[in-house]
Amino acid sequence: MINPLSLSVNGVPYTAAIEPHRTLLSVLREEFGITGPKEGCDDSECGACMVLIDGEPTNACCYLALQAEDREITTIEGISDSPVGSRIQARMLEDGGIQCGFCTPGIVVMATALLSSNPNPNEEEIRNALAGNLCRCTGYQKIVAAVSKAAGDLE
Amino acid sequence: MKPAPFAYHVPNTIDEALAILGNDPDGSRLLAGGQSLVPMLNLRLANFDNLIDINHISGLDHIRIESDSLVIGALTRQYDVAHNDDVRNRLPVLSNALAHIAHTAISNRGTIVGSLCHADPAAELPAVLTAVGGELVVQSAAGTRTIRANDFFNSSFTTAINPNEVATEVRFDLAGGTSGWSFEEVARRHGDFALVGVVIQMTLEKNAISDVRIVVFGVAATPQRITDAEKRLIGQTLNDATLDQAVADVAAALSPPDDIHATAQYRRHVAGVLVRRGLLRALEDANSSA
Repeated sequence: MINPLSLSVNGVPYTAAIEPHRTLLSVLREEFGITGPKEGCDDSECGACMVLIDGEPTNACCYLALQAEDREITTIEGISDSPVGSRIQARMLEDGGIQCGFCTPGIVVMATALLSSNPNPNEEEIRNALAGNLCRCTGYQKIVAAVSKAAGDLE
Repeated sequence: MKPAPFAYHVPNTIDEALAILGNDPDGSRLLAGGQSLVPMLNLRLANFDNLIDINHISGLDHIRIESDSLVIGALTRQYDVAHNDDVRNRLPVLSNALAHIAHTAISNRGTIVGSLCHADPAAELPAVLTAVGGELVVQSAAGTRTIRANDFFNSSFTTAINPNEVATEVRFDLAGGTSGWSFEEVARRHGDFALVGVVIQMTLEKNAISDVRIVVFGVAATPQRITDAEKRLIGQTLNDATLDQAVADVAAALSPPDDIHATAQYRRHVAGVLVRRGLLRALEDANSSA
């Protein structure tokens, strides 16, 4: 069975005809060519696929594409245009919060959601917010510092 | 792996959902938050012909205080419950438990009722419902019925809901009088499933325990009440002797699993430590509420 889907990604309307068992992540990557969100674990362990759905952080691997009908999806590609997102990206680079980069899109998406709702988080709040994003290269020290400094920059 | 094919249904009313469910009760599954179901689909641990997405049904997203109950709808997200002032004031054990559950991206989607119906043996919410008491409201084409917490969890991932029924809300009992609670958990990381957890609800009368429920989770197929300890503590106060006896009752009641995360012996020991700590905290909480 094929179902129609229409949604908005980073402000751009998209349509597709897809099977119901496709996840939002697979449709973003394979149908729309939006490859910022990564497939790490496919069961919400790692956060590499994180996107905003109507502004709320969600793991795109555990969300069916058809559930996104008429919703606004924001991926890392859309976030890099925002003042908060681009500042976090810059700090991640400057402070060495990046090595292989696979987890980085999800981390920037989550950190952007955090700073949008809580512009001045303490270290514990940053660590709790990022608890669903796994990084296997840098450890978390520099990532947490980068988010904290980005928050300071934006004040 | 990727999910196996299924047909997708989006009913707008509960009656439509029940009609679709009634056509193929055993081959259908309901989708609320999907934070357990979609990972299971991805891993092909779940397989069915019809998926019924209930997210477009109105009237299932609410948090209400009704006389002696806190009522939460089937579509109310865990994040919204965790940040609700009524819940924090009237059922703080639930707010506290939610702080241990998952991460923001998951609790934004996951529901309270969905987690209860999923009935993962290591999950926090089934233990909270068992300790606090309450009931699930379920609906089928034949009508509505309620299932009390003690009759709800049959086994791992198995509840008393029939395949042709939809859970529409959960009603947690609100304790009156001089009562206190505690929630204790040991997990590998923040947000992970518990290796062992304990939820205690206690009521005092004239400084003695008049009612107590001790629930251990992560150690058996369902949340496990330590009824021997509960019975023995009625009419007592907490002291070294009564606490030691409660810990002995916990060890005698449990046959926890050995797995890659922890040995049975470790789980039994930690359960005792957490029950001792939890009883003292519940007492302290009850005294501060008096």
